[in-house]
Amino acid sequence: MSVPTLARPAKKLPRAFYIMVLPAFVLFLVFHTVPVLTGIYYSFTNYAGYGEWSFIGLSNYINLFRDERILNAYGFTFLFAIVSTIAVNIIALSVAMALNSRIKFKTGFRGIFFIPNILSILIVGYVFNYLFSNSVPAIAEALGINALTSSILASGDTAWIGVVILSVWQAAAFNIIIYLAGLQTIPGELYEAASLDGASAWKQFSTITFPLIGAFFTINMVLSLKNFLQVFDQIISLTGGGPGTSTESISVLIYRGGFQGGEYGYQTANAVIYLFVIIAISFIQLRILQRREASF
Amino acid sequence: MTATAYSAERSALKNDGRDRSAHRPDRRQINWWLTALVAVLSLTVFIPLYFTVVTALKTPDQLGGSGFGLPTDPAWGNFAEAWNLTDFPRALMNSALITVGAVLLTLLTNSMVAYAIARNMHRKLFKGLYFYFIAALFVPFPIIMLPVVKETALFGLDNQLGLILLYTVYGLSFNIFVYVAYIRSIPMELEEAAITDGASTWTVFWKVIFPLLGPMNATVGILTCLWAWNDFMLPLVILSDPSAQTLPLAQFIFQGQFNTNYSVAFASYLMAMAPLLLVYLFAQRWVISGVMRGSTK
Repeated sequence: MSVPTLARPAKKLPRAFYIMVLPAFVLFLVFHTVPVLTGIYYSFTNYAGYGEWSFIGLSNYINLFRDERILNAYGFTFLFAIVSTIAVNIIALSVAMALNSRIKFKTGFRGIFFIPNILSILIVGYVFNYLFSNSVPAIAEALGINALTSSILASGDTAWIGVVILSVWQAAAFNIIIYLAGLQTIPGELYEAASLDGASAWKQFSTITFPLIGAFFTINMVLSLKNFLQVFDQIISLTGGGPGTSTESISVLIYRGGFQGGEYGYQTANAVIYLFVIIAISFIQLRILQRREASF
Repeated sequence: MTATAYSAERSALKNDGRDRSAHRPDRRQINWWLTALVAVLSLTVFIPLYFTVVTALKTPDQLGGSGFGLPTDPAWGNFAEAWNLTDFPRALMNSALITVGAVLLTLLTNSMVAYAIARNMHRKLFKGLYFYFIAALFVPFPIIMLPVVKETALFGLDNQLGLILLYTVYGLSFNIFVYVAYIRSIPMELEEAAITDGASTWTVFWKVIFPLLGPMNATVGILTCLWAWNDFMLPLVILSDPSAQTLPLAQFIFQGQFNTNYSVAFASYLMAMAPLLLVYLFAQRWVISGVMRGSTK
């Protein structure tokens, strides 16, 4: 790309531009990069968060892979994140398509579906907690549905489903709006031409809608998975990581072990692994998803 | 920037959430079945909200059962009790202060940094800086969490001011990304005219560019506001003084005290959700178009 300014006689860049970025650079370095680097540094130590510490090489990393609790946290977090990502994208795209079609009160519905995104997940989580533990069992009992008469949060096998429901309820709001923005970039004429050619609704979806919102699908898939892998507020308000440690996510474990469990060095090692996992997954996803994107 | 990229950018800008369907001729065939289905689906949003309101208005002996029934005699006292128990005014003030501070500081600084980067992308230093900020989008917070707590405590920033600063700094990654894309779609001619008239770089930014950033400022402002207001993790780890508690943090801290009385707890939840819900009620269209604009970048 040729930049017009290059053609002109080389002028010295005004100092103002440097002054504009300098404070931001320094603050970002101090509050973002330095913590990342100190985190990596402490991951090679047995630092408890206080007191004396010494270097222990790669021990933390080796122990991580033998630690039931850590493996359990990764297992739960991935199960939760993958299920939620798929569910939220299917639901959000369906709702967005409904909102983009010939229905009444579009703007009103659009406004309603966005409400969950303006509420604090923690507080909504407390409300859902009560619903799951008290209301749902009471309703199930009245209707004679035995499977739901005890709280889903009370069993280690089903508690994760509660976390998925809360997370999907909240995250769908934002994804619906993104998909809607994507759907509105598709020219209506394309559909008119397709229906003249006699293309079925499914055909129109698979050959026009889906390929043309590819970029938005990519954004939503990558961001949802990345956000769900960092699940924290939902766990704190809904299950507290329990029953037992069945819904303890990686973030919750790092927080608990690092601040309360005297495992500062150990949990920073966990966080370093976690960093690489997130980066690797984001890139793999981007590569796969971008390959099948189309544009017009 | 090439001409085609530029016009694509422009058309994306125009498409800021306005209903495209308004141009379509087939307005008259409203699909009522689908409308009904969407209406039923929208109940999923209302059910937890309805439940919060009715529970907040009940006395403890009216709880139980499914909990969806209306309160027989609204117990307004729950709100007074929650108000005093959680020291609601103070938490509200803290949340408001932190949110307003974070939004203002973000708008003023992040746009300026993005301007310097956007206009110097052909220079290695600025391009490097751009990718340096953006790369942080992939860094999960937990790796920063433990060390940054020690750092803020060391600098005496384990308070409201520290949070304002952190939201502004951590927001840079995403905000720079959307601002730079937007600024690069603004023609250079305007600035060049101002420079020929002898304006300094600062004047050009504040008098020419910043006023043009209105739509992007709205997007960034809305997203920062939602984040800072509802965030739980940063206040949880950063704030050391209980008097600095934000609204979500207060709900967490008082869980123990609520346990015996769900009605008071729900009154407290409702009060914590209400301010932003009220704002949203009036600014709904504006909020959604702002979010949509951010996503087409």
